[in-house]
Amino acid sequence: MAGVSYRYAGYREPVLNDIDLDLADGELVGLVGANESGKSTLCLVMSGLAPGSIGGALTGGALTIDGEAMTGRPLHEFSTRVAIGFQNSATQLSGVTGSVFEEVALGPMNLGLPARETVERVNEALATLGIDHLAEREPRRLSGGQGQLVVIASLLAMRPRHLVLDEPTAQLDPEGTRLVGEALRSMAGSGTSLLVAEHKTDLLDDVCSRVVVLDAGRVVEDDRAAAVFADPRLDDWGVAPPSRVRLARAVAARGLNPAVLA
Amino acid sequence: MTSVALESVGFTYPDGTRALDGVDLSIPAGDAVAIIGQNGSGKSTLVRHLNGLLRPTEGRVLHDRTDVVGERVARLAAVVGIVFQNPDRQIFAGRVRAEVEFGPRILGRPPTEVARAATAALEAVGLVGLETTNPYDLGYSRRKLLSVASVLAMETPIVVLDEPTTGQDARGLARIQRVVAHLTASGRTVVAISHDMRFVAESFGRVVAMRAGRVILDGSPAVVFAAEHWADLASTYVEPPLPARVGDRLGLGSTPTDADLVEALVERH
Repeated sequence: MAGVSYRYAGYREPVLNDIDLDLADGELVGLVGANESGKSTLCLVMSGLAPGSIGGALTGGALTIDGEAMTGRPLHEFSTRVAIGFQNSATQLSGVTGSVFEEVALGPMNLGLPARETVERVNEALATLGIDHLAEREPRRLSGGQGQLVVIASLLAMRPRHLVLDEPTAQLDPEGTRLVGEALRSMAGSGTSLLVAEHKTDLLDDVCSRVVVLDAGRVVEDDRAAAVFADPRLDDWGVAPPSRVRLARAVAARGLNPAVLA
Repeated sequence: MTSVALESVGFTYPDGTRALDGVDLSIPAGDAVAIIGQNGSGKSTLVRHLNGLLRPTEGRVLHDRTDVVGERVARLAAVVGIVFQNPDRQIFAGRVRAEVEFGPRILGRPPTEVARAATAALEAVGLVGLETTNPYDLGYSRRKLLSVASVLAMETPIVVLDEPTTGQDARGLARIQRVVAHLTASGRTVVAISHDMRFVAESFGRVVAMRAGRVILDGSPAVVFAAEHWADLASTYVEPPLPARVGDRLGLGSTPTDADLVEALVERH
């Protein structure tokens, strides 16, 4: 993204202002910011859904994917290059499949992959996230967190070159969160570039090399994860620092040396 | 004030999924209870029994020691308000204020009471000034706060929050923590489902851990997050909060919150 600005249909002011953001192959980048700072919108713009599907307008800047100019290109050209996981898994589950296995197979099948490879990929994705036992369950009968894992499995099975995730672990238990973190790291290891919007800074602290901070639709910081999470301005930006940072600060505030925690 | 209790409650969904398997849980009026446990362990199913949205396939649900079998959901809803996990399954009105006023209005409260309760609820979640906005023009996190306000406005003696902190930023989380503190201070019962162990340890006096449809731990945060229970917690995919782990490593006992750990350190030094 070079200098990208975007506004929603019916609004005068842009929600994203002059965003510069590069993701390299194999890079796992965290995206943090207060609610309404533009994280979800950035995810939609990066995957072409805004303005491609939901309308509004890019009022400036250019999008490039793998060296190709993508600004203004039709949505289907985006969808073969960038996959996206929405914030609310209930809106992403297709509603047309009778089992979790079929739900996860939907993506690879739509990519035109042969049945054998589809089955392999589905089994692998379910195993990676520890949900093999849900294969025969009805997607609409799953708990919120199980539904979220199924959505992520569907994305893994498509093996996208680029992946944008909007709060992928919001409804997950700590173990599910950990498994998703490992899956993201392993995708990055095989060359996928990932942008992950999350409030769970503990997770980003564990898995990301780099973190970008949005505030009121602008990138206000873009640096190594450790540097971003040590920045005292995080609180002003409405971002909770990781537990280890908070704990060290609480200790320091009482006049103790945070080294006692080591 | 109303106490609620589940006695040997079992529940099996029509597709055969066994969601609750002999749950005994008694919640006296005024308790602040957090329910934790892995995805699919039965937490949401359990709270849906508190107001009759689901009826036990075995066992009984009691309000003030009286079995609520046969009681209509409409009556139970005046006692137990539930904020669902997914705000989009709850919100239906075209204006924020109308959404919040619906609950108290349907309970038959007089118009002045409805207006007062709605204003107080909107203030509690910080949505004042957005009264005429269409809920679907709000982002997910504010829709979630709106769904909390809608239930607060009903002023039920028991408030159930299903993963209230999902999608909230630091300020939204602080707001939810204030809502819980305020409800508790006014003597109302709060039951919340959460995967956020920091929130659980800081805001609740009692923690109930579930696994495969059963209650496996029930006690104060200091008890449930104590090292002797970590294996049980791990068996339901829960990790104790960071200060609990650090406190144990430093031999400071059970310190589930930052404040507990800092106090223990100050005492030692």
